[in-house]
Amino acid sequence: MEEAVKSVVPENEEYVINMGPQHPSTHGVLRLVVSLKGEIVQNVQPHIGYIHRGIEKMCESMTYPQIIHLTDRMDYLSAHINNEAVCLTVEKALGIEVSDRVKYIRTILSELTRIQSHQLFWATFGMDLGGLTCFFYGLRDREKVLDIFEETCGGRMIVSYNAPGGLMNDIHPNFQKRTKEFIKYFRKTIHEYDDLLTGNVIFQERTKGIGKVTREDAIDWGMTGPVGRASGFSCDVRKHNPYSAYDKVSFNEILYNEGDTFHRYKVRMDEMHESMNIIDQLIDNIPEGPWTEKMKPVIKLPEGEYFQSVETARGELGVYIVSDGNKYPYRVKFRSPNFVNLAPLNIMSKGSKIADLVAISGSLDLIIPDIDR
Amino acid sequence: MEKKQLAAAAASLAQDSVVTEGLQFVEITVAPENLVNVVSALKFNRETSLDLLVSLTGMDWGTDLGTVYHLRSTEFNHMLVVKTKVSDRENPEIDSLCPVYKSAEFHEREVYDLLGIKFRGHPDLRRLFLDSTWGFPLRKDYKDDINILGK
Repeated sequence: MEEAVKSVVPENEEYVINMGPQHPSTHGVLRLVVSLKGEIVQNVQPHIGYIHRGIEKMCESMTYPQIIHLTDRMDYLSAHINNEAVCLTVEKALGIEVSDRVKYIRTILSELTRIQSHQLFWATFGMDLGGLTCFFYGLRDREKVLDIFEETCGGRMIVSYNAPGGLMNDIHPNFQKRTKEFIKYFRKTIHEYDDLLTGNVIFQERTKGIGKVTREDAIDWGMTGPVGRASGFSCDVRKHNPYSAYDKVSFNEILYNEGDTFHRYKVRMDEMHESMNIIDQLIDNIPEGPWTEKMKPVIKLPEGEYFQSVETARGELGVYIVSDGNKYPYRVKFRSPNFVNLAPLNIMSKGSKIADLVAISGSLDLIIPDIDR
Repeated sequence: MEKKQLAAAAASLAQDSVVTEGLQFVEITVAPENLVNVVSALKFNRETSLDLLVSLTGMDWGTDLGTVYHLRSTEFNHMLVVKTKVSDRENPEIDSLCPVYKSAEFHEREVYDLLGIKFRGHPDLRRLFLDSTWGFPLRKDYKDDINILGK
C-alpha cells in the first residue's frame, strides 16, 4: 500500500499544476502555473496576455476624445476614474482649468465608482472563500449604484462620461436625489457586510496572517492602492497629490500595518465608509457652472510629455502621454495598478497552502483586462 | 523638495548626465552604461530618496530606442524622470534595474515584449503578452497588415 502511494506522489519532487486560464477564482483569463510540494506552494508564475488588445498601440492612431473610450475597457470597474485620468492629462497639457461644477461631479462619480468596485470585490471575495451569499448581497447593492450611472451617464459599467474639458453632458435632474437615497440606504445596510463575512470565524481563519507583505516589500514592488495601504505604505494619490475636488474634502487615508489578506480586505471595507463621507460633503454643494469648457473640435496637444496619476479602486493609475504636436499622441503609456500588483504574487504565496492562493489572489482584486491592456 | 533643489541634488549625483527642469518634473538623461549607478544613487541618497519606481516606459523616438523611468520619493513626495537611449535598433541592450527596484522585473518584460529592448542582468527575460512569432508592435517601423485603423 505504502509503496503504491509513493509511486503516485514521489517524495521531494515538485509537481506543476495550472490554475486558470478558466478558473472561476481568477476572475478572468489569468493563468497561474503553480509548483507544489504536497499542498505547499513553492512557486507561482503568472502567464498573462490572453486578452492583450494592444491599447497603447491603438491609442497611437486615435484622437484624444477617442482614447477615452479605450480606457473604460482597461479596468472596467474603475471606468470613470480611468476616463478622468486621461482627461486630466489632456487638460494639464492644454492648460485648461475646468469649472468647479465639473470637478465636484467627477469626484462624486469617482467615489461612487469606488464604492461599487469594492462592493463587487466583497461579493466575489466572499464567493471565492465559500460564502456564496455574499455574492447576492453585494450585487444587490451594486445595482443601485449602476442605476445612478445609467441615468446620468447612459452606460452602466462602460460609462465614458468624462471628456477632455469637462463632461459629455450635464447630470440628470434626479442625480443628487438618487445619490443621497443610495447613501442613506447603504449606510443602513453596510453592517450586513461585516455581519456576514468580516466577523465570520472561518473567514478570519482563512485570511488572517496569510500572504503577508512588509512595508519595504510593498514599496519595492510598487504595490499601491488598498494592497499597499494594508502594509502601511501611505500611497493614496487623492491625499498626496490631490486632483479634481479632493483638496476640498476631508477624509482619512485608511492604513493598516499587518499587510495580510484580512487587512487588504479591511482597507476596502473602511474605504467604502470614507467614500460615502466624501460624497456627503459634496453632493449638496455642487456649484452652478458650465459642464464643459469650450473645446476645439480637433484637440492637438503642444509638443511635450505629460504625466498624471489618479487613484483608482485598485491603486495608482498613471497616464503618460508623449505628444509631437499632432492630433494623435506619439506614445501613450498606462501604468496600471493591477499589472504592478500581480508581480509580487509569487513572494506573497510562497510557502502557503494551495487553498490560500485563492484567498491571496482574491485579495489583490485583480482585473485581468487592466493587466493585459 | 523644490524642483530647483531637486535638480541641483540630482546633478551632483548624476555626473556626466544632462539634468533639465522639464515641464512637469526634473529630467535626467543618462548614458545606458551609467543607468544603474545613477538610479541607485538617486534611490539611496538621503536628500533625493527616490524609492518608488512608479512607471517604466519603453520608447521609440524614431532613430533611438530607450526607456523612461518615473521615480517618486515616498518620503518627500517629489518625482523625477530618468531617460536613457540606445541607437542600436538591431540589438538594443540596456542594464536591468531589477537589482534596484523589484517592480522593474515585470515592467522590463513588458518593454522587451513590445519594443524588443533587452535588459542585461534581468533574472527572467521572457515575452510577456505575445508569443515569439510576433514582431515588436510598439516600434514605429512595425508593419501591421491586419489592423484597419491607421493614420
